[in-house]
Amino acid sequence: MRIELVTEIAAPREAVWGAIADPSQWPQLIHGITRFDHAGGPATGAGARFTMRMRVGSADVGGLIEMVEWDEQCDLAWTSVLGIGQRGRWRLRDAGPSRTTVTLRFAYQSPGLLGWVADRVAAPVVRRNLESGLEEVRRRALRRSVVPPPRRSRGARA
Amino acid sequence: MIPSLARLVQGSVPTADLDDRDPDYIRDNLPGLWLLATIWHRAEVRGLEHIPEQGPVLLVGNHSGGNASPDTLIFTLAFSAWFGVERRFHQLAHNLVVSYPGIGAMLRRFGTVAASPENARRALRGGAAVLVYPGGDWEVSRPSWQSARIDFGGRRGFLRLALEEKVPVVPVVSIGGQETALFLSRGERLARLLRLDRAFRLKTLPISLAAPWGLNVGDLLSHIPLPAKITIQCLPAIDLEEWFGPNPNVDDVYESVVAQMQEALTRLAAERRFPLVG
Repeated sequence: MRIELVTEIAAPREAVWGAIADPSQWPQLIHGITRFDHAGGPATGAGARFTMRMRVGSADVGGLIEMVEWDEQCDLAWTSVLGIGQRGRWRLRDAGPSRTTVTLRFAYQSPGLLGWVADRVAAPVVRRNLESGLEEVRRRALRRSVVPPPRRSRGARA
Repeated sequence: MIPSLARLVQGSVPTADLDDRDPDYIRDNLPGLWLLATIWHRAEVRGLEHIPEQGPVLLVGNHSGGNASPDTLIFTLAFSAWFGVERRFHQLAHNLVVSYPGIGAMLRRFGTVAASPENARRALRGGAAVLVYPGGDWEVSRPSWQSARIDFGGRRGFLRLALEEKVPVVPVVSIGGQETALFLSRGERLARLLRLDRAFRLKTLPISLAAPWGLNVGDLLSHIPLPAKITIQCLPAIDLEEWFGPNPNVDDVYESVVAQMQEALTRLAAERRFPLVG
């Protein structure tokens, strides 16, 4: 099952990357993620491993994943090592001055005929969870991209 | 006739080969369990984070639902999805269950072994998580209106085992299983009359109204469980020595563990508004 979500955010790539590049924040980012523990390798970057679970229906499904691409402000991709077979990717591309196109791709596959059925039954929940993640990335990136106005000196008057 | 049938069953109880458990088989069957749990039983399993991340642990559950108990399958799904199928996990079941043609072989690949202290000890010494239902056939056959009652029938062996093996105990409390059929009576007198206790270690011969049979005596051919909502709650792990000191009185520990489980079950029952619907 493959889910792809695309959106445009009025923030530079740097701000969007800042919102996604800390995997320890993903439980706060993506609804339904119940577990995201570092499980080996570097803390971030290619080779970092995490135990990840997402609540879908009656179970927290997922497994051990490994970051396989960590191209700053461009691509962040992971694949499963153990558990449910899955691949995911955050893809950031310029969409004009201070605007970024963000693509979130997620593919997963359970074994067997019942697995085929289960994947399709689970898809709306997984899609909703990913959509919530994309919206949270938008909020965080916009917050990051806002440059605070310079502070007025004490004596300054309007 | 019953004694000879008993000998036949006893002879067909497979020795507990813990290596019968097959992680690839479990992985392949998790989607089917997920569909059953999610669509049919709208199951909810909470508190898995209370189970120690690694090492042997004794998971102690209340048992519901007759011979088609959904609790075990749902908990197996939740455990395997949370920790991964690679973590060793065994469930103890009545001799008759692991001896059923077809189903018995399937359950053994899921890690089910015949309930006995020796089998549990071997699994724990192998570093596995072991799920036991001390109430066994006694509790699983209680009338549906006693759904929110923990009833281990005074069986304390699981605590002696945990103390001897020095493993933590995690209570696993579930509700909803007793609504998968209308259980009317344990049928203890009938079981005694037929000498099932001596022949098959069965203290009960449950009488229920269950699909597709209607009146169902014994539940030997199992039944189709009604789609009751199942909720399972894992409680914080109990280190028996830390909580009760070295060489604690087993009776005191039993009272305390059962009281904790009863309190949790009462809370779960209070959350339910309607039978079946949850």
